[in-house]
Amino acid sequence: MMNWLITGTIIAPLLAAAAGLACGSVPKTRDAVTLLGLATAAASSFAILIEVASNGPVAIRLGGWAPELGIVLVADLFAALILPVALTIIFVVELFAIGQRRTAWGANPQLAGPLLGVLTSGVSLAILTGDLFTLFVAFELILVSSYVLLTHQGQRAQIRAGMTYVVMNLLASTLFLLGVAFVYSATGTINLALLAERVPELSDGVRLGIGAWFFVVFGTKAAMFPLFSWLPDSYPTAPTTITAVFAGLLTKIGIYAMIRFHTLTGMDDLGPVMLVVAGITMVVGALGALAQDDVKRILSFHVISQIGYMLMGLGLFSAAGTAGAILFLIHHMPVKTVLFLVGGLIANHQGTSALGRTGGLAAKRPLLAVLFAIPALSLAGLPPFSGFTAKFAVLAAGIEQNAAIIVTVALVAGALTLLSMTKIWIGVFWGESPADEQPEPSTRRNRRTMYFATGLAVVGTLLISTFAGPLYELSERAADDLRDGVTYVTEVQR
Amino acid sequence: MSFALVLAVGALTAVGLYLITARSLSRIILGFSLLGHAAVLALIAAGGPAGEAPLAGSVATSEMANPLPQALALTAIVISFGLALFLLALAKRQQLLTGDDLVEDDIEDRRIAQLDGSNDGGRAA
Repeated sequence: MMNWLITGTIIAPLLAAAAGLACGSVPKTRDAVTLLGLATAAASSFAILIEVASNGPVAIRLGGWAPELGIVLVADLFAALILPVALTIIFVVELFAIGQRRTAWGANPQLAGPLLGVLTSGVSLAILTGDLFTLFVAFELILVSSYVLLTHQGQRAQIRAGMTYVVMNLLASTLFLLGVAFVYSATGTINLALLAERVPELSDGVRLGIGAWFFVVFGTKAAMFPLFSWLPDSYPTAPTTITAVFAGLLTKIGIYAMIRFHTLTGMDDLGPVMLVVAGITMVVGALGALAQDDVKRILSFHVISQIGYMLMGLGLFSAAGTAGAILFLIHHMPVKTVLFLVGGLIANHQGTSALGRTGGLAAKRPLLAVLFAIPALSLAGLPPFSGFTAKFAVLAAGIEQNAAIIVTVALVAGALTLLSMTKIWIGVFWGESPADEQPEPSTRRNRRTMYFATGLAVVGTLLISTFAGPLYELSERAADDLRDGVTYVTEVQR
Repeated sequence: MSFALVLAVGALTAVGLYLITARSLSRIILGFSLLGHAAVLALIAAGGPAGEAPLAGSVATSEMANPLPQALALTAIVISFGLALFLLALAKRQQLLTGDDLVEDDIEDRRIAQLDGSNDGGRAA
């Protein structure tokens, strides 16, 4: 049963993508098929979480090959926690996309639905894979679909931003591949469970070289300082739904891979470097956000700033720190996605997301104001929302280790985040609505679907803060498993 | 590990990195092709000494080359081939839109350049 569930999260969206392409000209069937595939994957991921949380990790060997030779998929607690969050987000965004796509601003539905399926499959594979090379393939699967999603409308701004995006990510992928070669020649394996045993036995120079190499590779994908320049330039140019998926998932998969690789192989000595990078990332992202005057661009810089917190949790290299980073991941993915969806709704109502040309939405669209306020306050880390618990977990882990500097930096960055959220609030929701407002032409039904999807995601973020206690306990268990590595390694070699 | 192989990886990486710092996308594509070759060669080099083709039953296992890096290399080649095609399509589109295939500065850079008073935005047309 678990075999089917685990492979199902990878194969179902891929099949849905193929079917969606085949019946691309029949919108209703295509949408239904895509949603069905994504829903199947999401439902399976919840079943996996329940099973793994109660009975421990499950590893399956594809084709029956031994871990030294073949591909292993491992659902440990960390993977099982992140997978449902990621897949649910994609489902919600696809729902939003179905509402939005009948407007001029939506992504091309014939391509976007199936490509989102391919991307989902890549996300599942990246989360579940047990070896470095399959992780590389999964990254490529995600990136190739993201390249096309970003540029498929072929507008000038998208091609311009797409070029930087593709070149940066392609460079990171090539470095990844070189890194795989280094790891293989140093250890004779690319399986993560075997690496967890063999990497600590290497000489310090080789071990830290490998750790630093993959820090740069995953760091580029995660858009940490100073490798983030591609992100705020490219994300805002894509259609809302595409940006929402990118912001909610892509950089987070980079952080996920980093947490997995660097804790399993015990790269604790890299901690101080990570903390320095984390601090700069937080502040630079938050300051960048303050300087912007467009909702989408402000939110894009926040993506970078928040990466810093996850990096900080990882860089502390303590059980509490890793648990905090995991909880932060769980909180951040839906919150970020919702904010971009709200950005899309703002653009839908007023024809633009530039702060100078919006205003007065609090009086005209109170529901939208609420939908923005909840995730915005959550992102800034105010109680009682999920951002508070997540940030609190990371900061408490920092205080526990007397890391005073990074904790101070994190608090300052949090205040800056709140400041730039206030900027959006003043620009978009207060004041007068502009006289030359040009709302996008969309029917009530379109809007209803879009509001429904956004509302669903906001409820999701509230659920995360409601169940923050149990989620933190699960994160703690996942962090212990990762740092200890024994359950993971025994399950793969069994 | 063969010294010539390592030398080739180094040379390909150097030339590849030099090419992807160019502004024209067609040079970048060439650069990535070379970098891709470097990575594939590094994978092969990581597989240990050369040997006979690893076909089951043809020769003794001890004389075979390590098949695992070869499988990885093949997958990597296919992926980099597909991406080269995508980049070519991107270059073609950019040429249709702007008449050349140059990678343009991002918005932030251009804003800073405007504040500076010079408005060539680094493109130095």
